[in-house]
Amino acid sequence: MWWVLLAGASLIFLFVMALVAVAWRSPARPAAEERPFVVGLGLAFPLVVLAALLAYGLVVGERLLPRPGPEVVTVRAEASQWRWRFGYEDAPGLETEGVLHIPAARPIDVEITTTDVVHSFWVPRLAGKLDAMPGHVNVLRIEADAPGEYGGLSAEYNGPGYVQHGFVVVAHGPDEWRAFIEGETP
Amino acid sequence: MTALRLHRALTRIWASDPGWKGWFTTVNHTDLGRMFLTVAVFFFVVGGILAMLIRAQLASPRSAFVGPDIYNQLFTMHGTLMMFLFAIPLFEGFAVYLLPKLLGTRDLAFPRLTAYGFWCYVFGGSMLIFSMLAGIAPDSGWFMYPPLSSTLGAPGINSDFWLIGITFVEISAIAAAVEITVTVLRYRAPRMRLGQMPIFAWYALVTAVMILTGFPPLILGSILLELERAFGLPFFQVADGGDALLWQHLFWLFGHPEVYIIFLPAAGAISTILPVMARTRLMGYGWIVAAAVSLGVLSFGLWVHHMFTTGIPHMGLAFFSAASTLVAVPTAVQIFAWIGTMWRGSPQLHLPMLWILGFFVTFVIGGLTGVMVAVVPFDWQVHDTYFIVAHLHYVLIGGFVFPMVGALYYWLPHFIGRKSYFKLGYTAFWLVFAGFHGTFLLLHWAGLLGMRRRIDTYEAGQGWEAINLLASISSFVMAIGFALVIIDIVVNAVVSVRGSRNPWNGGTLEWAMPTPAAAYNFASLPRVGSRDPLYDDPDLPVRIARGEGYLGDADRGRRETLSVDVSTGAPRYITVFPGNTALPITMSAVTGLFFLGLLIKVYWLVPIAAVGVTALALRWVWSLGARQVEGALPVGRGESLPTSSEVSDPPGWWGSLFLLLANGTFFGSLLFGYAFLWTIAPNWPPPAWVEPGPAVAVLALAGAGLALLAVQVRDPVRTVLSVGGLGALVAACVLVLGLASDPTAHAYDATLWVLLCYALLHLALALLMTAVVWTRRRAGIVSARLGGEGRIVALWTRYAVAVTFIGLVVTGAPGLVP
Repeated sequence: MWWVLLAGASLIFLFVMALVAVAWRSPARPAAEERPFVVGLGLAFPLVVLAALLAYGLVVGERLLPRPGPEVVTVRAEASQWRWRFGYEDAPGLETEGVLHIPAARPIDVEITTTDVVHSFWVPRLAGKLDAMPGHVNVLRIEADAPGEYGGLSAEYNGPGYVQHGFVVVAHGPDEWRAFIEGETP
Repeated sequence: MTALRLHRALTRIWASDPGWKGWFTTVNHTDLGRMFLTVAVFFFVVGGILAMLIRAQLASPRSAFVGPDIYNQLFTMHGTLMMFLFAIPLFEGFAVYLLPKLLGTRDLAFPRLTAYGFWCYVFGGSMLIFSMLAGIAPDSGWFMYPPLSSTLGAPGINSDFWLIGITFVEISAIAAAVEITVTVLRYRAPRMRLGQMPIFAWYALVTAVMILTGFPPLILGSILLELERAFGLPFFQVADGGDALLWQHLFWLFGHPEVYIIFLPAAGAISTILPVMARTRLMGYGWIVAAAVSLGVLSFGLWVHHMFTTGIPHMGLAFFSAASTLVAVPTAVQIFAWIGTMWRGSPQLHLPMLWILGFFVTFVIGGLTGVMVAVVPFDWQVHDTYFIVAHLHYVLIGGFVFPMVGALYYWLPHFIGRKSYFKLGYTAFWLVFAGFHGTFLLLHWAGLLGMRRRIDTYEAGQGWEAINLLASISSFVMAIGFALVIIDIVVNAVVSVRGSRNPWNGGTLEWAMPTPAAAYNFASLPRVGSRDPLYDDPDLPVRIARGEGYLGDADRGRRETLSVDVSTGAPRYITVFPGNTALPITMSAVTGLFFLGLLIKVYWLVPIAAVGVTALALRWVWSLGARQVEGALPVGRGESLPTSSEVSDPPGWWGSLFLLLANGTFFGSLLFGYAFLWTIAPNWPPPAWVEPGPAVAVLALAGAGLALLAVQVRDPVRTVLSVGGLGALVAACVLVLGLASDPTAHAYDATLWVLLCYALLHLALALLMTAVVWTRRRAGIVSARLGGEGRIVALWTRYAVAVTFIGLVVTGAPGLVP
């Protein structure tokens, strides 16, 4: 997605700069019409580009939405200054701190909340960020393609401990995940 | 009378007091404009030094230059100073200085209000500077999200400095906005139609109306958060029915329009300067006006795009994503109209033009990255990273600072009346331009690599070291460039030789006067029939100086200007301005005591200061108004007009109208907050609703009816009915407050107290105004007997009745429904 945006933006930038340069070099044309500039370039051009971009963004965004399904695993993330606690729907009573365990290759719904100030849950390699709001539960869909460790961060400024306020997501294969849920330390 | 004798006579009338005393008693817009600009540049320097400290800290990983406590104050204060104490006041400074000159009048609509606003800005800004020097500056980030900024995350006094200091400073923004709006609508050169105004005036009008509707949500949010911090009213505490999300809505309801409040004046400067530099006229005037107005309207529909990551429903996101991308359209209209203007003319590379070219390069990049972050999935990744930091600096420095430096250079010959030597300025531009892109182009990349904003340090080995080191070095290059700009301007102001009038060959009226400008601006007011009067009529300055326009004599020995019809510009009446006075600075100092009492929690000081402000306001009002009816007076060119004392829509009526627009937005934001908490916040409904009895209903209905009836009839029945009606409403409010729980119990109770106290305040104001006008009428003051003062009071009375009635209904009705 980034490369599409970058390429499009660079093209538009070069186009505008070329127009500025041409306008600069060209001789005076006191009779120049305003219609091609204002209506053509000012109105029509951005409307077309933006409509395309918006549609693209919405389609991509739609794919990232949490949808119910049999495969979905639900976990809970509770932020506080400056700790992350994680709970698991499949194993009530189980709680981990600083490390979130998930099964790989399955969609995960993270229910995010906070006990004090606003925080934000962000695992850059798995999904975008979502804020933890006091009194609200926000649900973020993440999915790790392969087992492994993924760094997670708090991404909303939350006071002096902000820099160090991170966590780790550990994605397990199916067997390891079952063992974890059943209470054996993997 | 010769031009020189006229000049001397008018100068005697209009000049500020001589010497240092003049600084404190001046009400002249030329002086105050220069003072605004100087103080704004001072805050730019302070904010810039903070930025340098930030970059020094981030230049290397694991830096021990400052700890997190200091660092958090640094970035909070950098954002706060640049937004509130530099960008907005710089616009106010330009508008205060330029508008009367561009529009062909002698001063702004309310000269003492200009001075009052300026001193509120200086005193409020000093509070924040003091907090910084004392090491107790705000440290919760410039958007102050609670609960972090509330007692939970920030128990110290730091946040209070922000909430109280900024609210104090915002008085100056509201004052300037009221003034600009009334000036543009009513104080123009005779016969200058709306469609013939200089384009900058259109931009200033849109910006001012946006300030009137954009700032009240912030002021409300600050007051609510301060009430929570100081007295425990739980607006943002989820356990007691509040919601931290409410602050984010109120803040960005202000914060996004704020971006355009900053951009539009710069666009106005470009639209003024570019055609002169290209030796042609602006292309697409009507389109540009339409684009500015639609930017103003659209910007209020996109505040949620700062909150894409807060868990807003997806449909909401789609709507705001569309609105956010749509806002690029009017911006594009302006950009291409400017390119078309260059195409039409033959641009010359003077220094102001160079800064505008710098604007084109920088702002287009900033706009494009802006469109990127309007795409929701992309924003989910880069939100709160350095990508956003880089984007916002491209928009704000590219879109505001570059054009404004260009504007400073363009109008420098006007400010100082000297010929400018710009050799140093070219070097400065290239240092700033290279330094800026060296800093922020790289920081986009750091953001994509996952560098979060507001971290005070980072570990080596994430690929960020080279980027940050280069960015820091570049930022110092940029700082040196800005320092050179300031040195350049000071040197020019001190040593250059006197220059010719109109060095750029501009077409607008500010160049039709000698420079530096005389205190009275125009020796006579020109009749204007086109957008560039100096191009169509090169002899105009001479005829103005000879007194051949309107009000071209000094016979009446007082400060006079003309008010014109809103759309046609036909002269309507003579406005008599007040002279030099220390009242504004005194009143803002006492206002400062009011805020200081709240800040340091010396609560006995607060009511004393409030009484002081009221007494000074009464004195302010009392000094206005003639005691003899003068009838129609000659204004030149064979026409005669009455003074503002004898008309039904005096300047005060127009000022009240726009102040009430801001006030109504404030009240509307409060209702929005109430509805938001009710529907969104957890822990609603409250444990108990207030259940007012029939007595309250009868009092409210009877009171509203009587007060509204009163403003339709004549005295003395009017005063009696008014006092009775308003009194009944006061009784209704007091009864409901008696039934209500402690305001700290639940957000509902807190909201009820704030709504009804707001209503009581306005009822008291209406009663006070009724009493004042009654007294003035008895004292034989013309404007109270024949003029528009009764209508001003009627306006405020209707408003007080409306807010009280709505306040009573929305707080009392839920308890009546089973």
